Amino acid sequence: MRVTIDGNEAAVSVAYRLSELCAIYPITPSSPMAELADEWSSRDRPNMWGTVPTVMEMQSEGGAAGALHGALQGGALSTTFTASQGLLLMVPNMYKIAGELTSTVFHVAARSLAAQGLSIFGDHSDVMAVRQTGFAMLASSSVQEAHDLALVAHAATMRSRVPFVHFFDGFRTSHELTTVELLPDDVLRALVPEELVRQHRSRALTPERPFVRGTAQNPDVYFQARETVNPFYAETPGIVQAVMDELAEHCGRAYTLVEYAGHPEAERVLVVMGSGAETARETVEHLVARGERVGVVQVRLYRPFPAAELAAALPPTATHVAVLDRTKEPGSAGEPLFLDVVAALAEGHQRGDLAHLPAVVGGRYGLSSKEFTPGMVAGVLEELAKPEPRRRFTVGIVDDVSGTSLDYDADLDIEDADTVRAVFFGLGSDGTVGANKNTIKILGADPQMHAQGYFVYDSKKSGGQTVSHLRFGPHPIRAPYLVQRAGFVGCHHLGLLEKVDVLARAADGATLLLNAPQPPAEVWDALPGPVQQQIIDKGLRLYAIDADRVARDCGLPGRTNTVLQTCFFAISGVLPRDRAVEQVKAAIHKTYWKRGSEVVRRNEEAVDAAVAALHRVPVPAVPTSCRLPAPVVPASAPLFVREVTAAMMAGRGDDLPVSALPVDGTFPSGTTAYEKRRISDLVAEWDPDTCIQCGTCSFVCPHSVIRSKYCDETELAGAPEGFKSAPLDAVGLPSTRYSLQVYVEDCTGCGLCVEACPVSPLTGTGRKAINLADADEQVERERPNIAFFETLPVNDRSRVDFGTVRGTQFLEPLFEFSLACAGCGETPYLKLLTQLFGERLTVANATGCSSIYGGNLPTTPWTKNAAGRGPAWSNSLFEDNAEFGLGLRLAADLHTRLARERLAELRDEVGSELVDAILGAPQVRESELGAQRERVAELLRRLDALEDGRPAVEDLRSVADHLLRRSVWIVGGDGWAYDIGSGGLDHVLASGRDVNVLVLDTEVYSNTGGQSSKATPLGAVAKFAAAGKTAAKKDLALQAIAYGNVYVARVAMGADAQQTLTAFREAEAYDGPSLVIAYSHCIAHGIEMKDGLDQQHRAVASGHWPLVRYDPVARAHGRNPFQLDSPRPRIPLEDYVYRELRYRMLRNTDPVEAERLLALAQEAVDQRWATYEDMATRSASQFTADARRSS
Amino acid sequence: MDLSTTYLGLRLRNPLVASASPMTRSVNGIRKLAAAGIGAVVLPSLFEEQLRKEQDRDDALAEGGSEAFSEALTYFPTGYSGLPGRPQRYLDLVERAAGVVDVPVIASLNGSTAGGWEDFARSLQEAGAAAIEVNVYFVPGDPHVTGREVEETHVAILQRVRSVVSIPVAVKLSPHFSSPGQMALRLDDAGADGLVLFNRFQQPDIDVETLAVHPATGLSRPADAQLPRTWIAILRGHVVCSLAATTGVDEWDDVVKYLLSGADVVMTASALMRHGVDHVRVLLDGLQEWMARKGFTSLDEVRGLLAVPRGVDATAYERAGYVSALERARGTYGDLRVGVHQ
Repeated sequence: MRVTIDGNEAAVSVAYRLSELCAIYPITPSSPMAELADEWSSRDRPNMWGTVPTVMEMQSEGGAAGALHGALQGGALSTTFTASQGLLLMVPNMYKIAGELTSTVFHVAARSLAAQGLSIFGDHSDVMAVRQTGFAMLASSSVQEAHDLALVAHAATMRSRVPFVHFFDGFRTSHELTTVELLPDDVLRALVPEELVRQHRSRALTPERPFVRGTAQNPDVYFQARETVNPFYAETPGIVQAVMDELAEHCGRAYTLVEYAGHPEAERVLVVMGSGAETARETVEHLVARGERVGVVQVRLYRPFPAAELAAALPPTATHVAVLDRTKEPGSAGEPLFLDVVAALAEGHQRGDLAHLPAVVGGRYGLSSKEFTPGMVAGVLEELAKPEPRRRFTVGIVDDVSGTSLDYDADLDIEDADTVRAVFFGLGSDGTVGANKNTIKILGADPQMHAQGYFVYDSKKSGGQTVSHLRFGPHPIRAPYLVQRAGFVGCHHLGLLEKVDVLARAADGATLLLNAPQPPAEVWDALPGPVQQQIIDKGLRLYAIDADRVARDCGLPGRTNTVLQTCFFAISGVLPRDRAVEQVKAAIHKTYWKRGSEVVRRNEEAVDAAVAALHRVPVPAVPTSCRLPAPVVPASAPLFVREVTAAMMAGRGDDLPVSALPVDGTFPSGTTAYEKRRISDLVAEWDPDTCIQCGTCSFVCPHSVIRSKYCDETELAGAPEGFKSAPLDAVGLPSTRYSLQVYVEDCTGCGLCVEACPVSPLTGTGRKAINLADADEQVERERPNIAFFETLPVNDRSRVDFGTVRGTQFLEPLFEFSLACAGCGETPYLKLLTQLFGERLTVANATGCSSIYGGNLPTTPWTKNAAGRGPAWSNSLFEDNAEFGLGLRLAADLHTRLARERLAELRDEVGSELVDAILGAPQVRESELGAQRERVAELLRRLDALEDGRPAVEDLRSVADHLLRRSVWIVGGDGWAYDIGSGGLDHVLASGRDVNVLVLDTEVYSNTGGQSSKATPLGAVAKFAAAGKTAAKKDLALQAIAYGNVYVARVAMGADAQQTLTAFREAEAYDGPSLVIAYSHCIAHGIEMKDGLDQQHRAVASGHWPLVRYDPVARAHGRNPFQLDSPRPRIPLEDYVYRELRYRMLRNTDPVEAERLLALAQEAVDQRWATYEDMATRSASQFTADARRSS
Repeated sequence: MDLSTTYLGLRLRNPLVASASPMTRSVNGIRKLAAAGIGAVVLPSLFEEQLRKEQDRDDALAEGGSEAFSEALTYFPTGYSGLPGRPQRYLDLVERAAGVVDVPVIASLNGSTAGGWEDFARSLQEAGAAAIEVNVYFVPGDPHVTGREVEETHVAILQRVRSVVSIPVAVKLSPHFSSPGQMALRLDDAGADGLVLFNRFQQPDIDVETLAVHPATGLSRPADAQLPRTWIAILRGHVVCSLAATTGVDEWDDVVKYLLSGADVVMTASALMRHGVDHVRVLLDGLQEWMARKGFTSLDEVRGLLAVPRGVDATAYERAGYVSALERARGTYGDLRVGVHQ
């Protein structure tokens, strides 16, 4: 059967059918495999043997590997899906599983490892890090192979007893949508006979035939025992080939362990593994047709390494071989595949199998999904033709530091002329990608047609762009690289022409479709000059449609996908127009029938209307516009931002040479300020006349775009005409003006400020003191105002009462314009953190949403103030964040101690008064901290006067900043705190050290797309809990309270902003571990984000999220440390939960179960409230004492 | 005593029908009503407009943020996005209720536009609804809509639902027509199996303290029964379809009055909300006792006894005798004009 699926689905389709257990944990880009398995299991889809596989989500990949190991020892056919750091966490179990000769397959969407920076994209760094574990390794190069070799892996592991890693390139293969032939059940059954399943079971632990496995072995036998497995590994390549041959008999697709393609008497040969092999093969065929003697060896089985087969595959004529590795092993003699090939050929030569030993060179390509194109393949082969080819090289980048990079012809185009190539530029969630996926399925369903789609997404969670790369044609498509010469370019938002080079990929004579709001006659003049020039130079055929209007007129406001998809079909010529329209309508019916005939009708109407509203735009001979796109960053930006950051922002990051990048992953703070993204049509607008200056809008703004300052009225003398201000609403400051400035170009239009604004003037218009208004007008009006606002001094912290929400608005946020989702529930907390403690703040950030919007290039939001001080931020890993943060604390404590010791040593020279003041200074209140900062500055001045070079002086100078109390915050989401980092968090909280933990609790794995965590509430639907979560949310607060010396708070700023503020300040001031658990509404809750704060309020009002504070200091003073800050639940849980899709989904699909779980959840809420009320009325002595202090 | 009656062609054990209320929103509530002896139940109205809105909203939320960021191409289990939310739940209620009670379960569709009804009406039939009550709750907020258009909408909705289901279809309508009687006749002609008189127009109220507008949701009172009773009395004999009375039932005598005026069934939600499910028995016992006291042995003898006599009508229409019919009706029921012009 022919289907259009991606690599993940291709692999899991086989793995699921051949497994009894899937032990899983979400990690990009392998998550969809686990998600599909879970979805099928929750719908009772059986495996090959008629049982429904169990899908078990674990707390980490380490946990998944452990569970898997146990299940294997219990005799269950078990599999897992993972990538990158996840695979690394499985390493200890991999040795065990292999050492015990246990049949299993790990399906890996191969991905980069976090080194100088994290990358979610594809290369072989992860799989190469497990090549020594004893797992066999099978590499697929395409979606079809990912499907077929998944079966080969499962069949071979059952026959050989050697466990397998089956891997394919993350994103490039895992996410490429293409037409493949699906293996029917009987082929799976034929290759994995039940007898093998029974043999697997017979090796399981059972008290009926007891034995021990997993002994501790001593020097006498460990070595010999390790060597016992050799025969199994020796047989494995033969077994794999036998399975491949059987597969070929059944389905006609023949595979070999290593496969040669090219000239039979090739002189220059590449060796490559994974999707790059497809590109290499196509390029080689192209070059052979041009008379070149070149070839390529594709390695499919990498472990056990088929040395003899490799030597045999190489044509005897080969004189030069280049081995390409998609990984980097710094310090090694060469990358792994290269070293394996060298050894294999040398041995082959020694054995006499090879008449001569070709010269072998090794190169790196494609790290982190860097493109690997025919031009690069040809470039490597050209290098081999040189008299002295480089022995080590890179291809695909410009390495101007070590000179490793090869030159190549970036314009080499070898693609089949019959293949239609198209690229589409859209914005995230605008329907472009969905429509294109739909197009591929439409065309892929035609038995005469082959189709491929690959989608490039932005690193931003809001307002990011998408580029869809589509290919269709009568011949099989083997082009795992982006479309380089597109015959069709769709630009679905005119504004994108201003930001990225949309036409760079347009072939000469291509068709360009613009979605433009202008009438057809005005479209041309609306284009920037350089774009017009490109259109003329390339001879593009220009079409335009106002898709937004067509969609609106058809009752589909904001849904332009159907309209633009129809336009593509109408003008691209992939299908005759009538047939195309018919197919689109058929697809509409299939997609929307469930939603009723009215929706189907509206979409069908949109199809017809689209054809009617599509216009060809005449292209004049010369440009009519001299308008240039706006510069990417202002000329005033720092050099690094102008030269490096700006290139990344403009989509030219691939062109940056090695020398442009920092050597150790260190990047400047505060670069989002240069981005000015203008992603929303609506932005906030302040109404000074009705505003009560409460600061709430500023407090809740997730993007830090609402800033307040007050100043003397004289300072406004030079203000632009439209600059808004009002008399400051404060007693005793009659001549002081208050100004609230919206940074309109950074505003995402999320509307949280409007919802939060307590002012509701009786104008009958529903307007508040802050409202959403047309962005274009606001941007023009506010630009000079923002510039002026920035010249006003930031208010003196010592004159601001930031014990109140109102006061905090005058504190400068040092976390701004993040790329989080519009209306994010997490970022307001981070902003508050920086406002309160930013100048002294060190942040350890767990991997997840907050590390992505906080640290994903090109621009990052953590910034600094005018004095150059601000949060120091770092992300280590997902699982170790608490430990990482503790390390930062320990280092700070060490250096504080060192500084104090040195200071004491230098007491007489520095001045006893100052030294004593510094050493004895209390550092809790802001005023105390301010005074200490001044003392430290004075100290540094005095040190400058002392003799340089003395160890004590230099020591003190290097750590003097630690004399000011440093604020260490450990930040992460619930996936980290409740699951993968739970053990570490627990340990760190138990350490007694002065760390502050902020858990941004979205109750779900947000960053990887909504998988269930132990924070997910009872009855909520999430991925891996598709039938509603049946376990209650873990009460992390109570767990931490049990220690007695941990400050604990549960907060929700939408319910009680003041309590949030108080908790943050108390947590920071507390000399010991603090844990603040912050309710963070999230797009994965299925709410309109503007309602996020209201939902926070309801979460608290219903008792789902009781606000509490536990302060060990209170206990020390004989008071009850447990304070219940929210009133008794006053709305039923139902009134909170059913406002969110995550709960409604279950009510929609299984109302009986939803009713049952809701009743249980309500019961749990009531019970917990009773417990809390009881705790709130206890005496201090009924709580655990803090043993660190005497009370 | 034979209390059985026929409504919409369905045989009911008695004429008391539970109209839509929170009690008929759950299987449990419906089960209790059946156990208490109710003749039939009408499920709460599925507001077409609300249904569409909810469906669109849930679909949009399920797709929200999708296909934008590489690590999270979706945020919800994929197989579950795009499910038609509330309708699914409603169908489930119909199916489960129909399975557990032996009295007819009548589904109710509440809409204001003609369109998008067919799919759902069909699904209701498949789910086991004994009949469909089309609740045309039309508030012409647009002052430009003509009376004729409002009437046409009613007929169109009925016809579209009628055309896709084989189960009986009743129309619940409001009294706010220039000529409610004529509207009833048109609906009868257009194939309605029953008419439910009347829908209560829930006008919003104003809170003078908060300066906010609130929807009014009070229970009906016996006085509210005058208007529907009058029209049932007039329509009895002029329409082929069943007549159901709703609004203003509190005690057994309210039931009796409706039956005497010509109702086939009497619906109540307010009485059951006010007094509890057991009030079903109180009403039926009261009816039975009254019948016994008056010497009736079956409902057929009671029904329409005090309806406007058929003969009067024929001449009334020809020679403005309509007035005299009304006059007579006024004698029986009170000042009709007040009722009409309310």
